[in-house]
Amino acid sequence: MTAIRTSAQVERRARWVTALLLGPSFLWYLALLVVPLAVVVVFSFGERAPAGGYQAGFTIANYLNLPARSAAFRNTLLLAPLGTIVCLLAAYPLAYYLAIKASPRLRLFLLILVIVPFWTSFLIRTYAWMFILGGRGLPSVIEWLGLGEVRLINTPLSVLIGMVYGYLPLMVFPIFVSLERLDKRLIEAAADLGSNPWRSFLQVTLPLSAPGVITGCMLVFILLMGEYLIPQLLGGGKVFFIGNALVDLFLQSRNWPFGSAVAMSLVIIMLATVTVYLRVTRRYGAGRDVSLL
Amino acid sequence: MDRKEFIHHMRRWQKGSISRRQFLGVTGLGLATAVLVKAMPELLAPRQAFAGDLGDRVSLSTWPNYHDPKNFEDFTAKTGVNVEVNVFGSNEEMLAKLQAGGTGWDLFVPTNYTISTYKELDLIEPLDLAMLPNYDPASMEKRFVEAGMIDGKTYAVSKDWGTTGYAVNTKKISEKMTSWKDFWDLAMGKYSGRAMVHDYQLTTIGNALKYYGYSFNSIADKELADAEKLLLAAKPHLFAINSDYQPSMRNGDAWLTVCWTGDGKQMHRDLPEIEYVIGKEGGEIWSDFYAVPKGAPHRAAGYALADFLLTPAVNAKEVQAHGYPSADARTNKLLPKELLEDPIMYPAAELLAPLEFGAAATLTNPARAEIMARFKSA
Repeated sequence: MTAIRTSAQVERRARWVTALLLGPSFLWYLALLVVPLAVVVVFSFGERAPAGGYQAGFTIANYLNLPARSAAFRNTLLLAPLGTIVCLLAAYPLAYYLAIKASPRLRLFLLILVIVPFWTSFLIRTYAWMFILGGRGLPSVIEWLGLGEVRLINTPLSVLIGMVYGYLPLMVFPIFVSLERLDKRLIEAAADLGSNPWRSFLQVTLPLSAPGVITGCMLVFILLMGEYLIPQLLGGGKVFFIGNALVDLFLQSRNWPFGSAVAMSLVIIMLATVTVYLRVTRRYGAGRDVSLL
Repeated sequence: MDRKEFIHHMRRWQKGSISRRQFLGVTGLGLATAVLVKAMPELLAPRQAFAGDLGDRVSLSTWPNYHDPKNFEDFTAKTGVNVEVNVFGSNEEMLAKLQAGGTGWDLFVPTNYTISTYKELDLIEPLDLAMLPNYDPASMEKRFVEAGMIDGKTYAVSKDWGTTGYAVNTKKISEKMTSWKDFWDLAMGKYSGRAMVHDYQLTTIGNALKYYGYSFNSIADKELADAEKLLLAAKPHLFAINSDYQPSMRNGDAWLTVCWTGDGKQMHRDLPEIEYVIGKEGGEIWSDFYAVPKGAPHRAAGYALADFLLTPAVNAKEVQAHGYPSADARTNKLLPKELLEDPIMYPAAELLAPLEFGAAATLTNPARAEIMARFKSA
């Protein structure tokens, strides 16, 4: 017999190979994502054991109790989008300059400056901000300049500053990449056709960098929604995020079922916002690769 | 041997064409190591002597600013066991970690009111006192060790004890403060934005209860409701809710804070203007213990570390470093007189009298947990 196979056989074989190659990542996904999430769902309908922890049961009391954490939801839902927007506003000009204006040598130098902080522990960098924003840091400089007495540390503003500082690189890189790939002849063409620079930015550059903007916003927003460390250190335990509420519920109150209900709500809120966001932005990103999504 | 030749041998060893022993022999590294070992016997000899029994590491879970790091170094030099230290902010957190399992701790430092809970949940083992030859129950002050005894068995041995008062920066605060009422009134009034409270329901709610003169341990609905009202009213005026208050107090951002004995002592030692106050209405007296979790992976090393730290000469160094008084008469004998007379560490009897030990029911009470969470997320 010759080794000629029918197209159906080839297809079947290809399907087998695909399944075999995808198997490990599927198991990984199942064991580390689906199963734990299922556990959280089950816990969220349970009861708190008398000495803390989880006790089997079925109640929706945990979900009805969610308003008791409304301040945490409010802080997160206000500061996470705000942080994302400030990041975007700060990152876009920087990425634009890096990708389009800077000379190759300067570009490399500036890119390194953006990357280097990533090599230091995030915790240490946040501690540094505690000193900068603390009484002996920036406020004493402001006072010395005669601009009055200010309190920066342990306020929503210090949390916002910390978040923008911490996540800016994650916004810069995707935008930088999409702008760098941009075919500069398109801008020249726009100019040849009589478009002024501002108009060609709005009609050519900005839409073509949309995939980077979308990716950057998603990355930053999702991470900010789950943020814990920055509110804890720069908010002094006073600017409470959902992440902080979760740590408290699991570690201090030891109310695992309520903690699970809060965690599930966070997942649901995130899924909903991200879906809406992608729907709205799809027409900009359509047909282009929105990397990481 | 030149560099090229050395690299050649290293590559051969990496590829597996020669054995490690051959590699060490040919390059002379083996000889160098042997000479090094001989030159520093105090470093390596005990390691060999103990290696079989203790292993090379021990994991200790404890509180911030609570040990003399030098003692850990001495322990490692003596036994070859490296000490890995985890620091916690509250007993609830410690309990939650142990309850979740798989902590890998060999020794930890629970507070008096938690020990019965640990025993009920079957998370700690009765101690094998034969493995703690340096611990002498007869020399211990009874009221600080009895929480470690349940049904005649010793589940935990005393580390030290202390009080929960508050620290005041007298350079910034001129008022003479003596009570919890002073603390809360000034925190919400004249010194708004300058006070810190613990990230810990037991002490923060307890001392809010003291404002009204209620018991530190109260779990009565009405009294807790009053305490919550005070906490919620105070929150906008607080500088922070954090149990690690030394940095903010030392750099002058915070001027008063709920504070434990040793932190008060440490700050006062370095900055004499920071004074320690025990509220005259009362508040908390407590004692901390060493306990061994069930299933400790390096159990023998955990016992060895506890035994080492309880040795009076070592414990005296601990006390001088952390500033918490010891319940051990043998240790106290070795302390300088000025420590034993220090009013922060050994307060006057009339201040000690109204203080209460925290109760297990207070720790596990869900209403108190929920009030603390509402206070923090308000």
